[in-house]
Amino acid sequence: MLHDALLVVGKDLRLEWRSRVTTNQVMPFAVLVLVLFAFALDPDRRILQEATPGLFWMAVLFSALLAIQRAFVLESHDGVRDALRLSGLDPAGIFLGKAAGIAVHLLAVELVLGVGVTLFYGAHVGGPLLLIVTCLAATAGLAAAGSLYGVLAAGLRLRETLLPLLLLPVVAPVLIAATQAFQAGFRQASGEGWRWFGLLAIFALIYTSIGIFAFDPLMEES
Amino acid sequence: MEPVVHFRGAVSLLGRFPALAGVDLDVAPGEIVLLQGPNGAGKTTLLRVCAGLVAVVAGSARVLGVDLVADRRPVRPRVGLLGHDSGLYDDLTVADNVRFWARAGKTAAGDAHAAMVRLGLDGRLADVPVARLSAGQRRRASLAVMVARRPELWLLDEPHAALDQEGRDLIDGLMRDAVAAGATVLFASHEQDRATAIAHRVVAVTGGTVDAKLPAVEAATPGVTASGTPRPPAPAPDAASEHRRQGGEVAGVA
Repeated sequence: MLHDALLVVGKDLRLEWRSRVTTNQVMPFAVLVLVLFAFALDPDRRILQEATPGLFWMAVLFSALLAIQRAFVLESHDGVRDALRLSGLDPAGIFLGKAAGIAVHLLAVELVLGVGVTLFYGAHVGGPLLLIVTCLAATAGLAAAGSLYGVLAAGLRLRETLLPLLLLPVVAPVLIAATQAFQAGFRQASGEGWRWFGLLAIFALIYTSIGIFAFDPLMEES
Repeated sequence: MEPVVHFRGAVSLLGRFPALAGVDLDVAPGEIVLLQGPNGAGKTTLLRVCAGLVAVVAGSARVLGVDLVADRRPVRPRVGLLGHDSGLYDDLTVADNVRFWARAGKTAAGDAHAAMVRLGLDGRLADVPVARLSAGQRRRASLAVMVARRPELWLLDEPHAALDQEGRDLIDGLMRDAVAAGATVLFASHEQDRATAIAHRVVAVTGGTVDAKLPAVEAATPGVTASGTPRPPAPAPDAASEHRRQGGEVAGVA
């Protein structure tokens, strides 16, 4: 399973290296969202600073939709889905590989957004450790849930519009918990933040476990 | 010897439409069997059922000893399917694609290179993204993946489509080499003359069933039987000469 996961994530990273879609499209989109939020709230800089955690994770969420959609369009184009089913790759390995690939892309986006909120919003990092582990756990949860719903939507005709409808309600807990953890991290109130981090870790664990077992039937049926 | 493909009354649905409506078919090891029939007859579905991609909902179906009704997944890594789609990643190069699918199939690293050499993709084309290839070159790249994976059963849907004369000769040679190396080939083609020349046996598919009568084909193609029952495969006398003509190893057929 791990061999197959490494093979799939390696292929996805190579695809990104060749196509530069995350670099040239998803990252600029994420920064654009941040800038537009700044334009909307600029008259009151205090509100902008207070809303930084929520705006950061909203930008991540929108970017995640693009990254997930891209990741699964690749797998349903020109017979690749059939090729995957015939490949002998372990479906659980495919799931882990796809989720890991999406997670790497999202972490890169989050890094850029982190620099963005520091520059544009004047955000001050109080508890860097909490912020980093929050990013890791939230990204794992988004990538796992995204991979599950991504493969489900990829086989459907209306996938472009269906994925946000399916995924956004499911990942609402990630948005809430990551925002709360970031708020605690920015305020240096880490104790409260670690509880939210725990919720994110559980979410990631649950969706990774579901994905390992459910990816095969989802790939078969969708 | 157990047939590679053994169907009895096999029924498959595409949605609610019975794309296969009770197919009886046997294919013996080492045979090259041509499926012939009009568009929509069920040839593609039959190939996809053999690959374990489409479920059999009634009757019995065994491929390479795997009961497709009970669980069709185990047969998938053992077959190679060349369909209408390429099954390749557009943004990856030809070499990236062939290596990835070969590694996914747990074949040796050298097999991917040997397959690209066999298909004439080892030079300049190896580093070209698939999106920039012509239809014929894509077809060759898909074939390279198949050759590298060394399937036991080759399932080819219109394999000559989009290929030039040299490519068509090459695929005929690949089929002969595959059989010489112990594989079995089941293919659908509208290229009547070329396909019947290479096939050991022709099976007519009409309206989702295998037509066992097939008088026209049998009459037109001496030595070809029309029934769905197995017959010992004809030897592949030109496999060795094809091998020599290619001037290299027989790459990746098992």
